[in-house]
Amino acid sequence: MKSVMDGTASWIRGIALVCVVGLLAACGNSTGSTNNSGTNTASAPGITATTITIGSTQPLTGPAAPGYSEIAPASNAYFQYLNAHGGVFGRKLTYDYVDDGYNPTNTASQTRKLVLQDKVFAIFSALGTPTHLAVADYLNSEKVPDLFVSSGCNCWNDVSKYPNTFGWQPDYTIEGKVLGQYIKQSISGKKVGYFYQNDEFGLDGVKGLDDQLGASSIASRQNYVPTNTNVGPQIAALQASGAQVVVSFTIPAFTALALLTAAKLGYHPTWVVSNVGSDVPTLTGLLTAFSKGAAGAQLLGGMVSDTYLPLISDSSNPWITLFKGIHDQYISSLPWDGNVLYGMAQAYTLAQAFKAAGRNPTRSSFVKSLESAKLGSGPGLAPFGYSSSNHLGYLGVQVDTIGADGTQSTSGPVYTSSDSGPISQYSGSTSSPPANGIP
Amino acid sequence: MVAAQSRLNRLVSPTLSRHLLLALGAAVLLLLLSAQIGAYEDYQLTAVAIFAVATAGLTLLTGLNGQLSLGHGALMAVGAYTTSLLLEGHELPVIVVLLIAVLSSGLIGILFGYAAARLRGPYLAGATLTLAVALPQVATRYKGIFGGEEGLTVTPTSPPAWLGADFPPERWLAWIALAAAVVTIVLLANLLRSSTGRAFKAVRDNEAAAALAGIDVARTQVLAFVISASCAGLAGALFAYWSGVTAPAGFSLSLSLQLVTAIVIGGLGSLAGAVWGSIVLVFVPSFTSGMASTLNLPSSIANNLPLAIYGAILVIAMLMVPYGIQGALTRILRMGRTRFGRSPADGHKGVVDWDDPALDP
Repeated sequence: MKSVMDGTASWIRGIALVCVVGLLAACGNSTGSTNNSGTNTASAPGITATTITIGSTQPLTGPAAPGYSEIAPASNAYFQYLNAHGGVFGRKLTYDYVDDGYNPTNTASQTRKLVLQDKVFAIFSALGTPTHLAVADYLNSEKVPDLFVSSGCNCWNDVSKYPNTFGWQPDYTIEGKVLGQYIKQSISGKKVGYFYQNDEFGLDGVKGLDDQLGASSIASRQNYVPTNTNVGPQIAALQASGAQVVVSFTIPAFTALALLTAAKLGYHPTWVVSNVGSDVPTLTGLLTAFSKGAAGAQLLGGMVSDTYLPLISDSSNPWITLFKGIHDQYISSLPWDGNVLYGMAQAYTLAQAFKAAGRNPTRSSFVKSLESAKLGSGPGLAPFGYSSSNHLGYLGVQVDTIGADGTQSTSGPVYTSSDSGPISQYSGSTSSPPANGIP
Repeated sequence: MVAAQSRLNRLVSPTLSRHLLLALGAAVLLLLLSAQIGAYEDYQLTAVAIFAVATAGLTLLTGLNGQLSLGHGALMAVGAYTTSLLLEGHELPVIVVLLIAVLSSGLIGILFGYAAARLRGPYLAGATLTLAVALPQVATRYKGIFGGEEGLTVTPTSPPAWLGADFPPERWLAWIALAAAVVTIVLLANLLRSSTGRAFKAVRDNEAAAALAGIDVARTQVLAFVISASCAGLAGALFAYWSGVTAPAGFSLSLSLQLVTAIVIGGLGSLAGAVWGSIVLVFVPSFTSGMASTLNLPSSIANNLPLAIYGAILVIAMLMVPYGIQGALTRILRMGRTRFGRSPADGHKGVVDWDDPALDP
């Protein structure tokens, strides 16, 4: 009797041990969501068993619309591709983007509409520094994930003030430092002037430039506001100061205006333009439109800029092949340019983030997983900086130049930096896209 | 005893008690409405109330005093920036902030009113246009104080603790804005029924005759301007709380023009018309942008369609109801009265006068 009981007891113990181990193995999940098994649930506002809804405010009309109005349709094209290939854990991603006309007051009311009425899970790719500063407080007080703001302001990298806000494109100060270093090394000995947007975008870039070039050595500093398209006085002042190199932290419309105004004044400095305003197809279109056909891409020859994504003309790059294919399939009416590449690359990062967050994320678990998941850089040339103390996206850029015939080519290595740290060369390699283009 | 009674009668005149009763009824209805609808609808209701305050002042100035102002957006900006600057870094009770904003915009109203007192018609319109274009640029010029293009942010006002932790802040702001709107409209309605109100209309209709009757024309003009500027300032202060950001782009010329459009569509010279106009101002743009997104059009058309539809609606409205919404309603009511034997007075010059004695039996 006793031996049978002993045998049964040890069987039971053995089975219990196996069950516990199995339970622990099934429960283990680094992202913290408790249900990682096969069923989709409505785990957060904006997520149902079959859909995920995200929102965005974009300048579809207004002074920032040239070029930038293509970004959201491009992201949407990638999401449609994603949905056609199974979506995110079988859910379809719906992208609800609305026009704010680059007007911070409109951004405020449209964002509230997205959060309160449309009940989006997260805000994605909200565009503009002044526009998004108007709503960052609101989104964080409502604990809505504020993902991949389309702005390089370092204001988004403030984990204590904006714990739910994440940047994506390289910080303007980092960009300014790399451009400043390039000027120091490759166009040294010339007088430098600045032309920048008079808000956080321009001022952050200037901070980086001053860090490398020395604030006191700048021949002239001119700024503009997007609501005033007359840049004649500023360009004339730059010409009068004798600046032979002008660093331009401008949105595309104002890059074009500056180039045309300078050409009219017979002023031909070397233009060093932030990636924000240097997309070649966009500028070509704007130059032709603004000058009514009198000038075009020939004004872009010799321009210096920087990039953190592959060049749109690099047809040997597998990411370009992937994204151009999606462009040709879904948004062939839009030009194939840097804005479309930007939109799709951002959408790819969001898809990566959703995959890392698990099947049924909550808003807070999504944010935590983005901080800890160490996402691959996707099409980017530099790594992401996301961590629990850093909400910056791509950490660096590579300088590129535009030849007299309009072709772009990269120059030198990729450099990474931080707002206050040194510039270092990035020696990592870029990745290839997964076989079907879905992370 | 009789003298005291008649004094009391004069204090609680039929006008005041009638208006207070109407206001109380409206306030109760709005309170119930705001509690029934969701947070985003409360947010839109707040916008209607804010614009109602601004348009009520503007319809007094333009419809009842005959001075066309294209600069009320700038006066709203004055109220909004006053609020943002007061709340920078410290908390103040909402009522204090609103009163200071009313005073500051009233002050600008006095200054501008006296400067423009001799101007009439298109010249006054041009002067107010200058105000509309130039004032927001002050914010960009003095970036250190006014925050430049990005503007200043205003922390949303949180509801008091006794309403409960779950009370949506949007509803609390709706209550504040609706209270401000009701108070403003009651005060303006009382003003219009007083001798000052009649002086406004007299100056609008015939300046020379008004002057001969002993009305100080210049003082009347300035008073009307100051009152409407104070209303715009109050609206601007509430606007700062509502949008959370005070930036020059939000107070562009198009805001001033939208206010004028609102009072004309609603019914020039009528406070009820001011309310209709605010409703149109808030709801038609969101309706048109919703309509545009359901059609699948190339992006260059789709992006600009809402504005085109909005413009078309305004043009059609003005062609079909030239006296505005309140004018159309009054005409319908009048047709009803004629049918039952009461003939109205005529000749209102395209303006719907609130509670015109000529219409009473």
